[in-house]
Amino acid sequence: MSSVKPTKPWVASPRDRFRDGLIFVGALAASFAIVEATALKGKLAYFFTFFIILTIANGVSGLLRYGLPAAKDAALKTLVGLGALLTVMPIASILATVISKGYKGIQLNLFTQDMSMATPTDPLTNGGILHAVTGTLTLVALSLVMSVPLGILTALYLTEIRGKFTKPIKFLVQAMSGVPSIVAGLFILSAVLYPITKGYSGFMGALALTILMIPTVARTSEEVLNLIPQDLREAGTALGGTQWRTVAMIVLPAARSGLITAMILGVARIAGETAPLLLLTGGGDKVNPNAFNGPMGSLPYYIWKSFNAGSPEAITRAWAGLLVLVVLILILFTTARYLGTRKVSR
Amino acid sequence: MTSLSDVANSMAPRVPGTRALGTGLEARGIHAWFGKHHALENISLDFAPGTVTALIGPSGCGKSTFIRTLNRMHEFIPSAAMAGEVLLDGKDVYAPGTDVTKIRLQIGMVFQKPNPFPSMTIGENVLSGLKLAQLKVDNKDDLLEECLERAGLWKEVKDRLGAHGGSLSGGQQQRLCIARALAVKPQVLLMDEPCSALDPGSTLRIEETIRQLSETMTIVIVTHNMQQAARVSDYTAFFLSDGGPGQMVEVAPTAEIFARPKDKRTEDYVTGRFG
Repeated sequence: MSSVKPTKPWVASPRDRFRDGLIFVGALAASFAIVEATALKGKLAYFFTFFIILTIANGVSGLLRYGLPAAKDAALKTLVGLGALLTVMPIASILATVISKGYKGIQLNLFTQDMSMATPTDPLTNGGILHAVTGTLTLVALSLVMSVPLGILTALYLTEIRGKFTKPIKFLVQAMSGVPSIVAGLFILSAVLYPITKGYSGFMGALALTILMIPTVARTSEEVLNLIPQDLREAGTALGGTQWRTVAMIVLPAARSGLITAMILGVARIAGETAPLLLLTGGGDKVNPNAFNGPMGSLPYYIWKSFNAGSPEAITRAWAGLLVLVVLILILFTTARYLGTRKVSR
Repeated sequence: MTSLSDVANSMAPRVPGTRALGTGLEARGIHAWFGKHHALENISLDFAPGTVTALIGPSGCGKSTFIRTLNRMHEFIPSAAMAGEVLLDGKDVYAPGTDVTKIRLQIGMVFQKPNPFPSMTIGENVLSGLKLAQLKVDNKDDLLEECLERAGLWKEVKDRLGAHGGSLSGGQQQRLCIARALAVKPQVLLMDEPCSALDPGSTLRIEETIRQLSETMTIVIVTHNMQQAARVSDYTAFFLSDGGPGQMVEVAPTAEIFARPKDKRTEDYVTGRFG
């Protein structure tokens, strides 16, 4: 038996923690006092006075104990911590607002009915978002089927073939990811809808979403494929595989989880897209199983339309739709993270 | 301490051409460039069937570049260019109309770093060459066992063929890569510093494997380990670059290179006076 006890001399002592806690509470109290005493008003005023006082107080505390370098270190540490908090706050605030306003509209009939027999201003017990949910899922599925093969093939051209057009295509793909969604919508409207189909349909919307989704899928896939070691490609060809068979049997399977992430990031990019759908899908109020004919609803369209109707019921509907959309996107991101970090082995 | 020439002498002397194989691999006046950089100048070297040839020399003298010209892996570097002929059974592998994938099937390669395919199990890794080259075999299980046996790995992995290749140790992974190269039954096996990332125990296993494999195939091995060259090879070629393109200073039976090198530079290198 050894009599030596394990210790952690680098961890802050209770005394240190008490002092830091005191400074924190003091800064909190001081910021309240300043806001009350001066003309500053509102939550933001509290936050910023607290921000400044805490930074200065921690800096001074460091200065008194260890001198100037420690003062700078303590002040910067506080700044970085509060900066991170500042970034998270809007996201948390958006989520809180959507949940608090949206949950009132969540009831069973929301998921079993569509709006064909109801108007946005009806009581909430009448009508639902079934058409919007099925519409969004149809649009996403169609866009996925069109953009994933194109996006991955583009990425393969950029990483495996590296032909003459690699540079211009890379540039175009990057430029495409900045295309405003309304431009994609107008393009499909003038190039396909007016001259050819002459009618609203889910497919028209999916075409525009595909244009928006391809750059995301292509760029993420390219990054993932670039991470696959060159060794594996050489090993494949050295075994007598053609380039295509090496890519199909070794490179793509090795990149599988990353490619799935690329796919889901692409879906997340388009799931909340509204502008092109306003122009192209016609936004029907009825569940439409045929994506190639007739107007098709979608969650963003439903939210837009309900907000426009303006009555309290309609606005509650819009928030409920927003909540469903946010949850849908949240599920997609969580899945992407899960699939992306999961180990292939075992 | 035993000298390198003693080590080389203690190996059973072997005469090229005593085994019934093809007519072997011949390099004729090979030059290689990377862009404007002339990396390799006028290398002519014969690899007799059933022999092990070691390529030694300091880093950057073009040994790896040379063996990559032999199975046409050199052309994977975008700025690469070459001149000369590589004859496999008398036919130039660079001749127009040659099926390059067939060449690489006949001239297999083992790389410096073990690189098992991460998405495949141990068994799938060994047989991956068959799938890549779309070859058919009657009994996959027999081939699997034979290849792993010859690479000296069978006993260690026979109960976990379904595990992923990445779960093996570095030395085992390298032997897995050797087994993978053997499965397509190459005539020649190129090894680019196959033991540089391995511990002495794994290195010994792989050297035993090389001696056994040389019964049935021609082996070319690049190595920085003089002891290894002395232990495994029948012939040794010394490469050197004096700042310009890499050149072959001398090639001779391994015992001679270490005991009576003809060139002063070879002597300096093998006795450890430089490099």
